[in-house]
Amino acid sequence: MPLLEIDNLSVTFQTAGGLFTAVDRISLHIEPSEIVSIVGESGSGKSVAVLALMGLLPWTATVTADVLRFDGQDLTTITKPELRKIIGCQMAMIFQEPMTSLNPCFTVGFQLTETLKIHLGMNRAEQKRRAIELLELVGIPEPEKRLSAFPHQLSGGMNQRVMIAIAISCNPRLLIADEPTTALDVTIQAQILDLLLKLQKEKGMSLVLITHDMGVVAETAERVFVQYAGQQVEQQPVKGLFARPHHPYTQALLNSLPERSNSRILPSIAGIVPGQFDKPQGCLFSPRCHYATDLCREKPPTAGPVEFGNALCHYPLADGVPTNYPQEVRA
Amino acid sequence: MKGDVVLTAKDLTRHYHVDRGTFRKPAVLKALDGATFTLAKGRTLAVVGESGCGKSTLARLVTMIEKPTSGTLNIGGIDITSADKGTLMGLHKTVQIVFQDPYGSLNPRQKIGHALEEPLLVNTTMGKKERRDAALKIINLVGLRPEHYDRYPHMFSGGQRQRIAVARALMLNPNIVVLDEPVSALDVSIQAQILNLIVSLQEQFDLAYLFISHDLSVVKHIADEVMVMYLGKPVESASRDTLFTKPHHPYTRALLSATPVADPFRVKERIVLHGELPSPIAPPSGCTFHPRCPSMTDICKEKAPETREIDGCRVACYHPKIYSS
Repeated sequence: MPLLEIDNLSVTFQTAGGLFTAVDRISLHIEPSEIVSIVGESGSGKSVAVLALMGLLPWTATVTADVLRFDGQDLTTITKPELRKIIGCQMAMIFQEPMTSLNPCFTVGFQLTETLKIHLGMNRAEQKRRAIELLELVGIPEPEKRLSAFPHQLSGGMNQRVMIAIAISCNPRLLIADEPTTALDVTIQAQILDLLLKLQKEKGMSLVLITHDMGVVAETAERVFVQYAGQQVEQQPVKGLFARPHHPYTQALLNSLPERSNSRILPSIAGIVPGQFDKPQGCLFSPRCHYATDLCREKPPTAGPVEFGNALCHYPLADGVPTNYPQEVRA
Repeated sequence: MKGDVVLTAKDLTRHYHVDRGTFRKPAVLKALDGATFTLAKGRTLAVVGESGCGKSTLARLVTMIEKPTSGTLNIGGIDITSADKGTLMGLHKTVQIVFQDPYGSLNPRQKIGHALEEPLLVNTTMGKKERRDAALKIINLVGLRPEHYDRYPHMFSGGQRQRIAVARALMLNPNIVVLDEPVSALDVSIQAQILNLIVSLQEQFDLAYLFISHDLSVVKHIADEVMVMYLGKPVESASRDTLFTKPHHPYTRALLSATPVADPFRVKERIVLHGELPSPIAPPSGCTFHPRCPSMTDICKEKAPETREIDGCRVACYHPKIYSS
C-alpha cells in the first residue's frame, strides 16, 4: 500500500485578478522508503502542492482533491486535532531558507524540544537528551553548547542541519524537503544531501525532494515527477527520465542544461512560463514547444499511458521522436 | 584583435577594517589576497568559489568601484592605482558590470529607455535623438522589442530584465564586462537563453569577460580560463580543459566532485569536505584550506604554499595531485 496517495490535487488562489490555478490536478503515489523528486521551474506549483498537503497555505487558497490519503487515513475528512498529530510528526517538512524558517527569537534548543514536547509528550530531561542525540545525528559539533545558540549564531549549513533535526525528531515516515540546498554552497550542499540520504536509509523514511536542479535529481532520486505551470507533465524512474524523456518539455529542459550540451550555443527553450493572464487555450507548453501543432494549440492533452511516463502530451516522445505525429506537419 | 590582453592584475589585494567595538582593535578582513590574472579580448575568465571567497570583491576592484589595498591593476595600459581622476573617468567607460539579481539592479521607477540612456547622458555628449537611437539599437541587439523602450522594469520577467541589464552594460561599448553571477537567479530554460546571448555578444564585440559564478556546469560551458578561489586566495588557475580534466588542488577536486551532474548513469568519486568555510577575519594558519583538506600534513599548518606551475596549472598547494602523462 502506498504511504501517500494523492489523486487530482488542485489548488486555486483567490486573487484580485480572479481565480488562479497554481496546482492543476496532480497525482502522487509514494511507496514506503522511496526517494521521489518533484522537479520544475519557479511557478510550476511544486512547493504549493506540498504546502497544501501540509495544510500550510493561507485562507485565500482552495484545496481540492479526489484522494488525499496518508498511511490509509483520509486527510480530507479527518478532524483538525487528528491532522495535527500527523503533520510535523509522521509527515515532516524541511524548507528552503534555513535562515528565515527558524524563529530568530528562540534558541535552537527551544525550537527543537518544542516538537518533542508536543508530539511525544517527553519531560524536560528526556527532551534535552533526545535533542542532543538529534543534533549529533545531523552532524553538529558540540551539541550541548549549540542547544542554547540562536539561529543567527549558526551558519546557513548548520541551520539547515537544525531544520533537519527538527523534522526527523519524531521519526517521520515521510520527509518532504522543499529545495533543501538551494541557498547553500556546493560543498555544503553535498554534505546536506549525503545526510538526507543517510537518514533516509537508516530510518526507512520516504523522502520527497523538491528541486529545480536536475543535477540533484539525477544523483539522489529514484522516481521523478516533472511539473510545468502547475501541471504534472511526466513521471518516470530517474534513469528512464534522463535517457528517454517522453514529454517535449522534459526533453527541451534536459537539452538546455550546459553540462549536457557540446555546442557553444545551447538549445534553449524560447519564451517564458505562462502566467495567470496568458495561459494558452490548449496545451500549456504549446507556445514554447517545437513539436506543437494546431491540435496542441486548441485542445488540452490528457495524461498518456504508463509506458509513456503518463506524459501530458498529444504526441508523447518515444526515443526522442513524437508518436502519432501528423504526416503533413513533419514534411 | 582577439587574444589581446586588456587587463593585467598582479597580486591584487583588498583588505577591509572591521570595527569590533570601542575596546578592541579593528580586525583586518582579507577579502582578496593576492590575485594574479589577465583578461584578453574575446576570452572569458571564470572565477569560481563559494560564498565569502572574494569573488565579488574582485568584481568591485576590476570595475574600479574600490581601489586595491596593494598590488597593481593595469587596464588598457594604464595603471589605475597611480592614474589621475580624469584618466580614471575615461577608464570607467571601458569596464562595465552585470549584476546577479535582475530584480534589484534596475530602478523600478525608471523606464527601460531612460535606464539605458543614462550611461550615455553621464559619459558622452550625445544629443537626445542619438541617445534614443543607440538605446533602440541595443534593445534590438539583446532580443527585446522597440516597444519595450517605454516600459517599466516590473513589466518584465527575470530573463528579460537580465537582458536589459546586459544591454545597459553594453551602452558605452566597453572592452571588459564583469558578469557577477548573471544566471544564478534564473530558471534553467531562461538560463540557457541568457548564456546564449552572452556568448553571441562576446563573438560580436570581442568582449573580455570576467565571469563570476559558483555553478561549475555553467563555467565549464562558457569559460576559456578558470580561476578557483578559496577564502580570498586563488588556489588554482588553468585553462578550462585542464582544470576540468586534471584538477590538481584538493579543493578544486572536492568542488568538482560535489557539483551534482545531471546524469544518473555516471559513477563518480565523491569527496565530501568536512566542516565549513572558516571566518575570513581569523583565517587558519598556513594554507587556509588545511582544516578541511583530506591530504593535509604538518607543513600545511605552518606556512602558506607558494603558487607554482604544474602541467599548465597555477596551483597553490604542497600536495597537488600529479597526473602521469
